[in-house]
Amino acid sequence: MHVPDGFLDAPTSIATGAVAVAAVGVALRGARRELDDKTAPLAGLVAAFVFATQMINFPVGAGTSGHLMGGALAAVLVGPWSAVLCVSVVLIVQSLLFADGGITALGTNILLIAVTTVVVGWFVTKVLLKVLPKRVGMVAPAAAIGAFVSVPAAALVFTGLYAVGGTADISLSTLATAMLGWHTIIGLGEAAITFLAVGAILSVRPDLVYAARGVIADRELVIKAKESVA
Amino acid sequence: MTAESKRAVPFKWVALGIAVVALLLAGVVSYYASANPDGLEYVAEETGFLDRASEHGAADGPLADYSTKGVDDARLSGGLAGVIGTAVVLLVAGGLVLLVRRRPTASSDE
Repeated sequence: MHVPDGFLDAPTSIATGAVAVAAVGVALRGARRELDDKTAPLAGLVAAFVFATQMINFPVGAGTSGHLMGGALAAVLVGPWSAVLCVSVVLIVQSLLFADGGITALGTNILLIAVTTVVVGWFVTKVLLKVLPKRVGMVAPAAAIGAFVSVPAAALVFTGLYAVGGTADISLSTLATAMLGWHTIIGLGEAAITFLAVGAILSVRPDLVYAARGVIADRELVIKAKESVA
Repeated sequence: MTAESKRAVPFKWVALGIAVVALLLAGVVSYYASANPDGLEYVAEETGFLDRASEHGAADGPLADYSTKGVDDARLSGGLAGVIGTAVVLLVAGGLVLLVRRRPTASSDE
């Protein structure tokens, strides 16, 4: 959903640019706490993986395609603040080097793809992990559902931005319906890729998955408690 | 599940795995990606505002639209652009992480 130049008017683009700068600034501070000896070496690789996977457009229905956005995936693997930075780097490189996503729309794209998908994906995943049984096996399904929800959420934010600063006079309800409809289907692809990627890393090194830390820590406490009883 | 930590896969293998998968996706699989417009582009055309998109400022760049200028073979041109992009993102994001952590000494592994 890389927004090109010209879809949104200048004031809206300036506003989303300001919000994006603020969000990245806050993320730079927040990421300092997240980036430890386990997440730091992983973060660059996660960004590279998101970039590569975004190149793989998968067909959805008649004449349309979708691709991973990756905010939920990155948040689950390296933490939400670091994820905002990772996906922002991807978007900046895509815009400047590959002419994918407008330059004046960079703030809009960071807001949609780096901030909205990370916030929504992370929030949904965390809530699910609180509710679901505390097992490592629950992390990938929770991440997949977070990823699924994050895509129509970003579509909805785009529709909201278009309502404020869209440059064409179109029916907003038509836009909202079409955006939500298609991106709900695309969300299924997002969920599948997130499930596979998180599941793959969990299967070899669960300790590297940021969102699994609470689960693993709880399990270790249980094990230690059992050992001390015995 | 708990015995796994005793013989965990070394991080370098995990890193290598992610890097290889990313390079294969960007360098090889990307050629087979769907060329259909993505969700937003499709909706923009359907709803009638796709023509509002203006020419991209970097449209004449050497890697614009994920093809490498001067390389005629489509498979090679796209694959090369993908590999370069993956490497650039890895370096920029990896470098940014190093800056954010701001370790007082560079060699503080232990």
